[in-house]
Amino acid sequence: MDRRVFLKSSLVGCSLAASPLLTPVSFAAAPWDTRLVVIILRGGMDGLDAVRPVGDKNFASVRQRVMREDGPDLNGFYALHPALSPLMPLWKAGELSMAQAVSTPYRDKRSHFDGQDILEAGTPDLNGQGVRDGWLNRLLQNVPGVTAETSFAIGREALLITKGKAPVSEWSPDARLNLSPQAEQLLGLISEADPAIHSAMDEALRIAQLVDFAKEDAEQAKAMAAMDTAMESAMTQTGRAGRGEHVDIARFAALRLREETRIATFSLGGWDTHRNQATSLATALGRLSETILTLKAGLGSVWEKTAVLAMTEFGRTVRENGTAGTDHGTGGAMFMAGGAVRGRQVLGTWPGLDEADLYAGRDLMPTRDVRSYAAWAMRDLMGIEKSTLERAIFPGLEMGAQPQVIL
Amino acid sequence: MFDPTLAARRFGTGQATGLRLPTDAESMMRALKAPDAAAQTWPVPVFSEHLSELKALRDLGAAKRKASPGEAAKAADQALRSARRKFRRHRVHGARQFLARGAFAEDGFRERLTWFWSDHFTAATRVPGLRSIGAAYIEEAIRPNITGRFAELLWAVVTHPMMLVYLDQHVSAGPSTKLGKRRGRGLNENLAREILELHTLGVKGQYRQEDVRALAELLTGLTVKQGEGFMFRAAMAEPGPERILGKTYGGGAPKLAHIRLAIEDLAAHPDTAQHLAQKLAVHFVSDTPDPALTAYMADQFLKSGGDLMALYAALLEHPGAWSPVPRNAVPPFDFLVSSIRALTVPERAIETLSPKDLQRGFFAPLQVMGQPWLQPDGPDGFSENDGAWVTPQGLAGRISWAMTMPSRLLGKLPDPRDFVLSALGPEADPRTVFAAQAAENRAEGIGLVLMSPRFQRR
Repeated sequence: MDRRVFLKSSLVGCSLAASPLLTPVSFAAAPWDTRLVVIILRGGMDGLDAVRPVGDKNFASVRQRVMREDGPDLNGFYALHPALSPLMPLWKAGELSMAQAVSTPYRDKRSHFDGQDILEAGTPDLNGQGVRDGWLNRLLQNVPGVTAETSFAIGREALLITKGKAPVSEWSPDARLNLSPQAEQLLGLISEADPAIHSAMDEALRIAQLVDFAKEDAEQAKAMAAMDTAMESAMTQTGRAGRGEHVDIARFAALRLREETRIATFSLGGWDTHRNQATSLATALGRLSETILTLKAGLGSVWEKTAVLAMTEFGRTVRENGTAGTDHGTGGAMFMAGGAVRGRQVLGTWPGLDEADLYAGRDLMPTRDVRSYAAWAMRDLMGIEKSTLERAIFPGLEMGAQPQVIL
Repeated sequence: MFDPTLAARRFGTGQATGLRLPTDAESMMRALKAPDAAAQTWPVPVFSEHLSELKALRDLGAAKRKASPGEAAKAADQALRSARRKFRRHRVHGARQFLARGAFAEDGFRERLTWFWSDHFTAATRVPGLRSIGAAYIEEAIRPNITGRFAELLWAVVTHPMMLVYLDQHVSAGPSTKLGKRRGRGLNENLAREILELHTLGVKGQYRQEDVRALAELLTGLTVKQGEGFMFRAAMAEPGPERILGKTYGGGAPKLAHIRLAIEDLAAHPDTAQHLAQKLAVHFVSDTPDPALTAYMADQFLKSGGDLMALYAALLEHPGAWSPVPRNAVPPFDFLVSSIRALTVPERAIETLSPKDLQRGFFAPLQVMGQPWLQPDGPDGFSENDGAWVTPQGLAGRISWAMTMPSRLLGKLPDPRDFVLSALGPEADPRTVFAAQAAENRAEGIGLVLMSPRFQRR
């Protein structure tokens, strides 16, 4: 007797036909055509060093040791960190902007982990209860026609920003899965009594069908070659080749975004620059720049309708600490890149660096909620209603005046 | 209440044919009080034993920089490379021994506690060299101190070179000291913040930015001397006094004893008791432990004057720890260990794993599963949240490992129909029993048993 027939017909209490493991991959029309990439910069990026207010009279005196060399000028007042020089062609092409002096509503305790939770939850605080879902997921809950392919959370970690009721695909570029059909069915069977494991296995098998690993590897090799050409100038500037996990993630994101996927999100670490910031921040910014360039190269013409938002849990102290670094602060910076972005602008009201201008006498005073920029980007990129953004996606947010993030 | 199989899974490293199960909570505590047999059977050199090697590496680096171009530079480069390669073997050795202890030691509770505290006191430095000897830090600062007072454990950690380097304390100098006024030197609040936020009171604890700053100033002087390890350097220490959580420390000439006093107080703080009880209960029992359990644990810990044994005993003797329904997802490393244990892989097969085998069958899979060996992303360690492990990409990593690695480790696999019973025991459910015999081949049958929810949770 054929085992599979047996499996389907006679197993007590188990209905394989009802198992989601047998549901075919479904493709639905995406609710919109533009692409959004959200990058979480974990560790607290020093916005003052990334987007340097060199025109401020106090800046040179508070930052003496962390700045080893000057970076390219942006608009006379701001200059970019030299490790971001590879992004200057994007700036010049109108595909790169920044916002300065932004923050989440999180204040005072300056914990990375709470700060990141608040950033990803998109809420004013943690309510003491722990957050239930993330703001990208709430976005998906509020638009029709969303399927699991619409959104991809990429990397090994589970991201709070996409956690919630709406379906989101999660995958890491280094994960592989090749199973016999029999093993697939039996995995579905044994996990039926454990919904969390069952649905994660179901997802793994679904994505394994969606992603043709052999093709993926070939595509990646091809993309890598293209990237190497595109990044030659970048490499000569940073002296580093575009290799590593961040490049793999960006490439995987680009491949998905060229298909059904409309939203991709992942995180980059390495921003907690307590010491020797001149070196450590250059490394992290170099990775960010490679990530953005990889996305651009991998997206091809889709880049034109893409907005990349890179945001962090908090900025760092205005003054350097005693070890040529900076400690946890408040106001920070945010990056916006892509063909859909209104480029060549540093947004935000500059608060100044006089003693009286600082938050708690030590940090850059935030002048705008970082969520407001993300909200305006979603409104203009996807047509999400302002009321939905202020009530459901970012509860309690007042979006304020239109900052012209998107073209 | 107490159940031997549940005890072996929830508080140990799993069950295996031929290894005795714990008989009751008292016997588990007795085993913990007894000398550490596993550390003797599968030794790991402690950090201090590597100091001269670390110094030699540094000297080779300096020699390379100084060597005149040409043959001399080439030779110096060769010497450095080969020394580095040799040093990286410590990582392989440490991993192999940790695996063996988890898989073969009778007292799995001690291993689990070691892993728990190693993660609580994460010192995942990326500094080349130090990166290879994470196990040696654990062997020196953590493992010998997990059965005593929490203050001793905390002190061992905050005075350990690995932690001092990881959280930048070794270069932090008092702002008003001569050294601190020099260009490029001064205060760094990294370790002070994480001691309060992660190691003791917890982020919900009653501390403020002023306390972080004051503790950072008090900690100045804790540093590392090349080739000799930890030292207290009074010239770097900010002259006190410092006010931390309402109490004054130091004043006069800086002394290590002032820091010690503050560490003692932080270790015995009621917020610390609450934080540790909660974290331990979440780790061993469930993401949402019975509040009565954590309250009892915190209370017993405080009553005992901060004795970790009292904390563990409270955990084991409270009914809230013994819900028969397994809730917590087994983290990736523990999954590999309990698989090897359940498969009764011969010790020799682990001892003889080559660096390449370990890369393919251990380091790389752990990374895909989301738990790179001793390298969490930040000082908060790996997640205690089940959701972090039950992900599509993480499970894909587990499935691939479960279907392929057992046959590489064993050569000949057991019959899945027998294995399902020996691995899951009375917990074997009809679906898994069926799947074990319905699989197309042995490898998939074994893989299915290892992937069953009963094996994935504890």
